[in-house]
Amino acid sequence: MIALKDITKIYKNEHVEMKALDGVSFRIKEGEFVAIMGPSGSGKSTLMHIIGVLDTPTSGEYRLDGRKVGQLTDDDLAEIRNKKIGFVFQSFNLLRRTSAIKNVMLPMVYAGVNQKKRMDLAKKLLSQVDLADKTDSLPSQLSGGEQQRVAIARALSMKPTIILADEPTGNLDTKSGAEIMDIFQSLNKKGNTIIIITHERYIAEHAKRIILLRDGKIVEDNMNHRQKDVNRKKAN
Amino acid sequence: MDFREIFTTAREALLVSKLRTSLAVLGIVIGIAAVITLMSLGQGGQQAVSEQIESLGSNLITVLPGAQTSGGVRGASGSQVALTYEDAKALESAQIVGIDAVSAELARNTQLTAGGTNTNTRVMGVMPGYQIARNLGIASGVFIAGQDLLGQRKVVVLGPQVVADLFGEGANPVGETVRIERQAFRVIGVSVAKGGSGFLNQDDIAFVPLTTAQKQLFGTDSVGSISVAAISEDFVDQLRDEVGFFLLARHGITDPVDADFRMTTQEDVLGAVSQITGTFTALLAGIAAISLLVGGIGIMNIMIVTVTERTREIGLRKAVGAKKRDITAQFLTEAVILTIVGGTIGIGLGVGLSYLLTRFVPIPFVFSLESVLLAVGVSSVIGIVFGFYPARTAANLSPIEALRYE
Repeated sequence: MIALKDITKIYKNEHVEMKALDGVSFRIKEGEFVAIMGPSGSGKSTLMHIIGVLDTPTSGEYRLDGRKVGQLTDDDLAEIRNKKIGFVFQSFNLLRRTSAIKNVMLPMVYAGVNQKKRMDLAKKLLSQVDLADKTDSLPSQLSGGEQQRVAIARALSMKPTIILADEPTGNLDTKSGAEIMDIFQSLNKKGNTIIIITHERYIAEHAKRIILLRDGKIVEDNMNHRQKDVNRKKAN
Repeated sequence: MDFREIFTTAREALLVSKLRTSLAVLGIVIGIAAVITLMSLGQGGQQAVSEQIESLGSNLITVLPGAQTSGGVRGASGSQVALTYEDAKALESAQIVGIDAVSAELARNTQLTAGGTNTNTRVMGVMPGYQIARNLGIASGVFIAGQDLLGQRKVVVLGPQVVADLFGEGANPVGETVRIERQAFRVIGVSVAKGGSGFLNQDDIAFVPLTTAQKQLFGTDSVGSISVAAISEDFVDQLRDEVGFFLLARHGITDPVDADFRMTTQEDVLGAVSQITGTFTALLAGIAAISLLVGGIGIMNIMIVTVTERTREIGLRKAVGAKKRDITAQFLTEAVILTIVGGTIGIGLGVGLSYLLTRFVPIPFVFSLESVLLAVGVSSVIGIVFGFYPARTAANLSPIEALRYE
């Protein structure tokens, strides 16, 4: 469903030209759990922004479900971000003065889902991430782990097929991080395509496939046969 | 995205910084209040002036000496005297249908003295018809009669302002003597107050018989004007023509272009005056509109700051599927809410202020719905115009740059 062919991205300012991505090509099929790894500056965030149609490549072709993204209008892209992709950010990006449930409802507001429906669904999603009792809390009243779970509930609200997570555990302690990865794994089991950006090996170990990026190029793209299963570990 | 959601979001965003929001609103409040107050005062003034002119008699045709057209060749009248007492008398006895009263007038400003006090006022020689032509009421005594003109009697009817100046407020001077140009005049009556102020004060006047004014006071054969009152407004246009032709014939002029007099009706005067006061009102409103413009710029300023501050929020909204028009609508709504709230308060303040002011100046309070509608319209337009640029800036932000913004 995701097909990248020879993607390059060049950032320019008046003095320097920086190649963030340099001829990146790969495909991701539905239901995969991919971790994109690399040190900072390797271009992994840029890659995620391009996959998430938040940014456009300087050259190369990106097909999402067979459609050439480069030919789509701004409104089409907004619709894709709304319905096909759920974003989870390192810094959560919740609206500060807005309650948890309203944050979760935000994508549905832009999709035009009616008030009652979005309220019901947002409540359901929040209870799925164990926050049923925090629906009216403001982000500032929640812990980092809780905020990230609200963000995941928001990402799931339009039932997207792809979840894109940019360093989702980067601002969290180990325990909360593990809880977040736990959620991603169970989502993947339900059939969601998950793409996680991380620079930490032990986070990437949860994925089925690991793509390693360095200086804007793919240096490794392997299946991860030693996939760490948080659920199993917990059961033990 | 439904409107209720946009509205709720906008309201929440505006309530975040209450002081800033209030100050932005204040700019619009002042602008709208200024427009409404000045328009209301202007229209009140217009109404006051119109009422005063109408109180002079709305059925009135005034004949004035002088050429009808400027630059045209004047008829050889053979004399500098264009209008005379005889013209007025002829009109009076011509039995033209529709004429109610005729009076010729001759007025000068001069000094009146009574005992030790004196005042400068307008002394007007009139005919008895003046009282009917100008709706002049007599508070005590009598008005000037035909006998007074025949005998060139030295009698005077005083306006209430003159009475107040010479004899004190509320005094009844009938039977007293006043001196005009060092000649003794007997006061035979006092007119009813008509109001007005400044050069429009119709009470600062003294009436004498026209013949007395011509021969005894000012030494001239001419008159300043002739007033012809129609029995009703419907006759004014018809009479204007008939009086015109009558006087042309009397002066031996065949072509109306060569006429040595001109005629105006109260309607003409009213038209001219309301044009002037209308221009004046528009000028006042224009000045007030500048403060409204400044208020609008204040709104724009606030909105630009808001957009900058909320760049990350805009990025996030775009990341979860907000389209450009959603973002535009959001920020435009905030700007329009600011101006409509400001406009509403401004209307209240403006109406209240103009009501208060009219209690201190002699202008009637005019509440005009049109100025309120105008203010509402203008303030929403300001919200849209000045909100559009910041809203557009927000909508055009690249989502990824917006998300990266610190």
